[in-house]
Amino acid sequence: MYEQIAFYLFSVLTIGLFLVTVLSKNILYAMTSLAAGMVLISGFFFLLEADFLGVVQLIVYVGAVMALYAFAMMFFDATRDIKEKTTNDALVFFLGGMVALVLVLIFLAPVFSENIQAMYPSVEGVGNAQAVGMVLFTKYLVPFEVAALMLLVAMIAGIILAGKKMDHSLTTNDDKVISQEDTK
Amino acid sequence: MEATVLPEVTSLGVIIKAIIILAIISAVAGFGTYIERKILAFMQRRLGPMHVGPFGLLQIAADGIKLFTQEDIIPQNANKFIFQIAPAITAATAFIALAAVPVFPDFTIPEFIPLLGGTFVPSIAADINVGILFILGMMASGLYGPLLAGMAQANKWGIIGSARTAIQFLSYEVVTGLSILAPIMLVGSLSLVDFNEYQAGGIGSWLIWQQPVAFVLFLIAGFAETNRTPFDLLEHEAEVISGYATEYSGMRWGMFFIGEYANMITVAILASVMFLGGYNDLGFIAGWFIIIGKIAFFFFLMLWVRASWPHIRPDQLMWLCWKVLMPLAMINILITAIVVMI
Repeated sequence: MYEQIAFYLFSVLTIGLFLVTVLSKNILYAMTSLAAGMVLISGFFFLLEADFLGVVQLIVYVGAVMALYAFAMMFFDATRDIKEKTTNDALVFFLGGMVALVLVLIFLAPVFSENIQAMYPSVEGVGNAQAVGMVLFTKYLVPFEVAALMLLVAMIAGIILAGKKMDHSLTTNDDKVISQEDTK
Repeated sequence: MEATVLPEVTSLGVIIKAIIILAIISAVAGFGTYIERKILAFMQRRLGPMHVGPFGLLQIAADGIKLFTQEDIIPQNANKFIFQIAPAITAATAFIALAAVPVFPDFTIPEFIPLLGGTFVPSIAADINVGILFILGMMASGLYGPLLAGMAQANKWGIIGSARTAIQFLSYEVVTGLSILAPIMLVGSLSLVDFNEYQAGGIGSWLIWQQPVAFVLFLIAGFAETNRTPFDLLEHEAEVISGYATEYSGMRWGMFFIGEYANMITVAILASVMFLGGYNDLGFIAGWFIIIGKIAFFFFLMLWVRASWPHIRPDQLMWLCWKVLMPLAMINILITAIVVMI
């Protein structure tokens, strides 16, 4: 009983919040509802007793959306509405609708063909974190390592992009050094 | 919770527990302001609050009345809705985090009390087996309070405050996670109850002896997490007026305050359960008394540090977290992993 009430509550809230994300013209509303929706999605994991995944969802998306906020802060005035530059409303509507339709078809296909079956049934007497670890380091070891490699590449790229003037601090007002750099 | 024969946890018991946590932590947060002012005054050779009541004790009541009756000002150009809910985010997430923390021992309400008699009140309101991660995640999402508050209020200082919030979050979060990873590897569980049982064998079995580096790293990250003084970049009044809280008044400001103090208590509980033996009995001293003593010690430590150290710049915090603490945490994890494997 409680689980159903909680499920419908979370569903309505999540869909409503993501609708606000898409439809709102105010950057602050959009970002906030995105963050709140991401947090509420973890509620579904908790309902399914996948505590570990729920907490991971919470931690990962809280941090990720926080970084998005930083960009929003740099590029927009958060208290004003944004004027979107859409030249052709009909095209936007059509493309958006088609993408939504394709997504619905993709996700409905396995449901209709009844091909969903648990390939790795949960091991009895093992905690959440252990169960995730067992699947991650046996069945999905290669994707896991590839993801690690991609993150490493991204990290090195970030360091190279940002690392040109890493040697001196911008805040310690080292005018002399900076002007020397400029004249070179 | 398997070996002990505990009465069944009913939803009534959990609700009572939630009310107890809310009531007591809010009250302690109020009392904490008095203690903070007194201790800071003592360390700086001042008297602190003296005039309201004996030793200024009623200052809390006076402050409370002031907060409750102050006009709730919302700036004209602010984003009113976000501006209004931002303090609630800070306060609510701080208390949600406390749901997974063992606060106060188990007890059963005596039978003679009408309606509630015989209800078993558990020590943890929500005993999930990934307690540590849940608490850290909730505390991290608590930073949305300052972030949204600063961005919604149409004030330059507020924007600077929320930019610093983002910087602070991106700095300390990695250190918190990595620092607790090594003790988690030793214990082999994410549950605070398991941490407590791992250290049941007296002072010698406390994790602080095996993981001193992790303890120090966690404390430093905890200071950043609760915006305590060496890292109180968000609202350092000498630089950014009051940062994200510049435009707030009355009870909305008070909610930020309660949230901050509740987070301080959460970090104190986490540090004492994870590294200092938790709520196990120590010789003849009862466990519940010991844990209160440990929490009080960490609370005092935060005030002590505030009185002793100047605060640092945002870039210094980032330098500290990413160039010093994170490599240390990685080395600590590596050594722990090698030791655990052998």
